[in-house]
Amino acid sequence: MAKEKFDILRSTCVPLPLENVDTDQIIPARFLSATTREGFGENLFRDWRYSKTGELNRDFVLNNPKFSGKVLVAEKNFGSGSSREHAVWAIYDYGFRAVVSSFFADIFMANSLNNGLLPIVVKEEFLKKLLGLIQKDPSTEINIDLDKQTFTIVSTGDSVKFAINSYKKECMLKGLDDIDFLLSIKSQITAYETNKSLAK
Amino acid sequence: MKAKTLFDKIWDGHVVRSIKDGPDVLYIDRHYIHEVTSPQAFNGLKERGIPVYRPEKTIATADHNIPTKDQHLQIRDELSRNQVERLNENCIKYGIELFGLNHEKNGIVHVIGPELGYTLPGMTIVCGDSHTSTHGAFGTIAFGIGTSEVEMVLATQCILQPKPKKMRITVNGNLHKGVSSKDIIMYIISEISAGGATGYFVEFSGSAIRSLSMEARMTICNMSIEMGARGGLIAPDETTFNYLRLLPAIPGIKDMESAINQWKTLTTEPGAIFDRELVFDAEQIKPMITYGTNPGMGMSVDDTIPITDDKNKEASSSYLKSLDYMGFKPGEKLLGHSIDYVFIGSCTNGRIEDFRAFAQIIKGRKKAANVTALIVPGSKRVEEQMAAEGLTEIFKNADFEVRQPGCSSCLAMNEDKIPAGKYAVSTSNRNFEGRQGPGARTMLASPLTAAAAAIKGKISDPREFFTE
Repeated sequence: MAKEKFDILRSTCVPLPLENVDTDQIIPARFLSATTREGFGENLFRDWRYSKTGELNRDFVLNNPKFSGKVLVAEKNFGSGSSREHAVWAIYDYGFRAVVSSFFADIFMANSLNNGLLPIVVKEEFLKKLLGLIQKDPSTEINIDLDKQTFTIVSTGDSVKFAINSYKKECMLKGLDDIDFLLSIKSQITAYETNKSLAK
Repeated sequence: MKAKTLFDKIWDGHVVRSIKDGPDVLYIDRHYIHEVTSPQAFNGLKERGIPVYRPEKTIATADHNIPTKDQHLQIRDELSRNQVERLNENCIKYGIELFGLNHEKNGIVHVIGPELGYTLPGMTIVCGDSHTSTHGAFGTIAFGIGTSEVEMVLATQCILQPKPKKMRITVNGNLHKGVSSKDIIMYIISEISAGGATGYFVEFSGSAIRSLSMEARMTICNMSIEMGARGGLIAPDETTFNYLRLLPAIPGIKDMESAINQWKTLTTEPGAIFDRELVFDAEQIKPMITYGTNPGMGMSVDDTIPITDDKNKEASSSYLKSLDYMGFKPGEKLLGHSIDYVFIGSCTNGRIEDFRAFAQIIKGRKKAANVTALIVPGSKRVEEQMAAEGLTEIFKNADFEVRQPGCSSCLAMNEDKIPAGKYAVSTSNRNFEGRQGPGARTMLASPLTAAAAAIKGKISDPREFFTE
């Protein structure tokens, strides 16, 4: 089934200068009882966004009117812990289209790519610099060119290449879906089963 | 020919097709599902109007959100009840075997899979749950996936996966008394950090690993995700085969001994190359406890909290935020620190051996008055065995609350929540902020360390109980 395409994204960023942001923080388990994919953005970072009594936590970046944009920038090991895809649905539903970190947890990375959320891995020094710039000037814009695999800080012209395997890149550029691809090679799957005598 | 790792042997044998500069199409032998991460995948099948391709290869259970009290009654929480009902409907509609709530074989997915003989050496196994790595203890490639991937497996029995790098972690030597497999894995994670194995699939080897029972090996592989690894596996050996020989029946296996002969080839060949190798000495390992909000923040129970997370720098703001959440300070000693809750259970330590270990210390004693202790068996079978061996009696006599099976307080999706600000010593796998309930402060430990804490009402060294 067709998904939203991703080609070029120019946006301001939301800084989250924290390491090891796990998926329990992104979307706490008590919000996983839904049976659809929609509406998780409301509870994104729930326990950081709201106090225990339900009031807005003014210190948290999502509640700071100075910061907005479609790109979330966080420190190393983002998305660790639970495999819940709800974490990616929540980030996407909130309005983000890319997440930048120095490395992501494997399952989070796969889930992002399967939902049109682009995970961008940059070197630690670049990440620190980027976070510093955004925090100093929230109007700092970045430009992501998926086809060229470049991430550029518009004001300084600093540009880095990021990695993505060409299959996934094609899927994101064209809004293609893995299941359509797998269904299209069904005969190969059946042939594999016959070779291994796995068929029913 | 080039020497192959066990991981390569299994992976390469399951590649249906390789995509140039892309992932492999990997065939999946066993798919486990549960109520929380499957409904959206079934919705996807309905929208596409396609069936489940190989329903006999998928096994379902309800475990994550179910209550652990009065399971025979209707689930009170409407959303949880709805999720469990959707699972029931989907399994009936698509012809999937379900060990649902109140089924005599119900339990946590990573406990029932092995105990019912659905996890076998050489398999590829996935589940929409990160602790699927547990099944690697049998010499399988087992890993957690997201819901989009659950849908892929339901639709085609395949998944698209880039091949991870390979790491070998060797643990040699003998464990001290009072130290268990939970301490081994917590020690390794504390040494390499919560992201230290990201991008790798880990093979565990060495004499200390070989000496472990299957259940102890499952604890090790279970927590390999907590250092970021895609999964962890251990080559099958006589311990594995004896475990399988003792199971009542194994679905799909007619001649056990000929199957075992095939499984004996599942080893890493001498000279095989890993991308990274680490070696640890079991004798250096003491009972462990965590002091922070990720599993990498662990130390020996008698140690002091490190001053910084990076020896060469001042403590990072993430590190200080984490200690602040826990109400701890750098340099503080935890031994003797008062606690409020003890939780024994989960896919990490909710098996019969874990409760036997716990009972070693509990037997003939009472829990401390300041502690609320929750005992949650990993499955109905474990629950029955606990009763048959007299463990349930021991726990009740010690004033512990013994519950019915489920994931329970490990992720606190149901009512089993630790109140805000309270300290819990838990045998589960994650000490994340709010993991056991909003504001809850979790300290991960082995069943022995948890038992010692429950009896004394404070963080204690379980080794004391073995020298008395």
